[in-house]
Amino acid sequence: MTGATRRDTALVVILGAALILGLPLVIDTHVLTLLVAYGMLALSLGLIWGFGGVLCFGQAAFFGLGAYTFAIAGINIGESTLPLILAVLVPAGFALVLGAMMFYGRLGDVYLAVITLVVSLILFRWLNTTAGPAYVIGNARLGGFNGIPGFPILNVPGRPDLMIWGEPLYYAAAVTLLVVFLLVSWLLRSSFGRIAIGIRENEERVALLGYDIRARKTVLFAIGAAIAGLAGALYATWAEVVTPTLFSLQQSAEIIIWCIVGGLGTRFGPILGAAVLAYLKFALGQQSVIDNMFILGLVLVLFVLFLPRGIAPELARLGAWATGSRRRPARRRPPPAGVADG
Amino acid sequence: MAETVLETEGLTMRFGGVVAVDNVSLKLAARELRCLIGPNGAGKSTFFKCLCGLLTPTDGRVYLRGEDTTGWETHQIAALGVGIKMQVPSVMDGLSVHENIWMAARRHDDTAGANDRAEEVIARLALGPIARSPLARLAHGERQRVELGIVMAADPWLVLLDEPAAGMTAEEVARMGEIIREMTRTAAVLIVEHDMQFIRALASTVTVFHRGRVLMEDHVDRVMADPVVRDVYLGKQA
Ligand SMILES: Nc1ncnc2c1ncn2[C@@H]1O[C@H](COP(=O)(O)OP(=O)(O)O)[C@@H](O)[C@H]1O
Ligand SMILES: [Mg+2]
Repeated sequence: MTGATRRDTALVVILGAALILGLPLVIDTHVLTLLVAYGMLALSLGLIWGFGGVLCFGQAAFFGLGAYTFAIAGINIGESTLPLILAVLVPAGFALVLGAMMFYGRLGDVYLAVITLVVSLILFRWLNTTAGPAYVIGNARLGGFNGIPGFPILNVPGRPDLMIWGEPLYYAAAVTLLVVFLLVSWLLRSSFGRIAIGIRENEERVALLGYDIRARKTVLFAIGAAIAGLAGALYATWAEVVTPTLFSLQQSAEIIIWCIVGGLGTRFGPILGAAVLAYLKFALGQQSVIDNMFILGLVLVLFVLFLPRGIAPELARLGAWATGSRRRPARRRPPPAGVADG
Repeated sequence: MAETVLETEGLTMRFGGVVAVDNVSLKLAARELRCLIGPNGAGKSTFFKCLCGLLTPTDGRVYLRGEDTTGWETHQIAALGVGIKMQVPSVMDGLSVHENIWMAARRHDDTAGANDRAEEVIARLALGPIARSPLARLAHGERQRVELGIVMAADPWLVLLDEPAAGMTAEEVARMGEIIREMTRTAAVLIVEHDMQFIRALASTVTVFHRGRVLMEDHVDRVMADPVVRDVYLGKQA
């Protein structure tokens, strides 16, 4: 590890620990657990879009697949450790196949966005039709628009009798997010990550250097899906029910908005965007004067107009300014081309 | 006779009704230095793109070191050992000079080796003072130089340079000439250039393109003296 890497890791762990321990003093841990799951979901899109330049309009599909896999496998297996692993692997495998088809088929960015959107819509529509008793996977009934309730929630590995819920679930989820964050940081520092960023910057040039763009994008896409799947499993164990709305258009749109508002091309931005906006939605959900999708849209428009780079880069700038301009400004990555304008 | 590293056979590229490259057969020997000239729209850039796989030729074949690479993917051709500097600099704008060159070197080396190679190339091209600057902030001449560094870092045996001296100062052009000479120790170099001074200084064989076809191929002095070439190209340029 180089000095800079060690400093970054230490900073992430210290800040992460402070947030994990400090936030429960102001926000209820039940709500926080949901914010953690959404934060991880945002991180997954932030990775492939903000760093890899792959705009996926259907990240919710992998989130939903993770949640459903966790539920279905849980019912069939009776404990949660293997289902948790499957909730990561199934979306990743699905993304590997879908990604290979799209990237090897040389689809343009717009078609990619449309196809991922359509895939999640198909899953959404199809799951809504699975109300009948014919739709079962093993012992699990898919349950149509009511979804699947009553599956085993998270337990201590090897101890199906020791369930993790409530406050302990919050800490388990938050620490998991911190670990995933560190893994993503490591990935971005690795050659694979650096080349992925190169592809975001200029696909043609990276191909001219002799790198197989299609294979690399496919792998990155699958990594994003794996993280989204894990987020889905966390969501499932928190909600104790999974429904087709996980795959909904609104869910996919929200993830994109989280990333834009938080700051694309940063690691922390999408998590921050998810936490702030999901909390806002939760707070607004307590009243019925204003429609909360309206507020979300308004926030998005305001950000695109006035803070197009998102919250995180501005915070970094503020931090650099506060600690004195003699020090090097915080490292900021410019957002991928085209993102800053909308 | 040195080994032939590049050979095209009746290479043709059509865009709808436009025949940008028309039945071009060209041979390049190992470590040869060749200049490609011709008026704007003669098809030089398109020819380059067909060689490196950015375009798939409509007709004809490309052989690299004897291997038929027609229709190969861009990255497969690049991985063989072909480097290209595009007419419009193709670089990673948001990344630093070092990161751009490192990524080129990383293809054939491990992380640490690529770091060393990047430092070496940066020193050779005198890019040290701007090594940590993002490409987007650099002047056109500097970007050209970085792209040359990207090509150098991968140690190719075939180098394609599309107008490498455009937008450079006289001093930069002189240094560019020196670097190109150096490259020919290990690579065959094919250069598209308009600057006759520059081509004379390199004293190379020249292939003249006109309307997608090869009009003439000879030593620079004889090409410049040729009345037909003067007519289609030099006359209009002056
Ligand atoms: N992608 C393309 N689509 C259509 N026409 C093209 C394309 N690229 C080049 N051309 C045409 O091909 C001809 C040759 O262009 P080019 O290779 O750029 O010439 P040069 O590099 O010699 O100036 C021009 O007439 C140009 O308009
Ligand atoms: Mg050209």
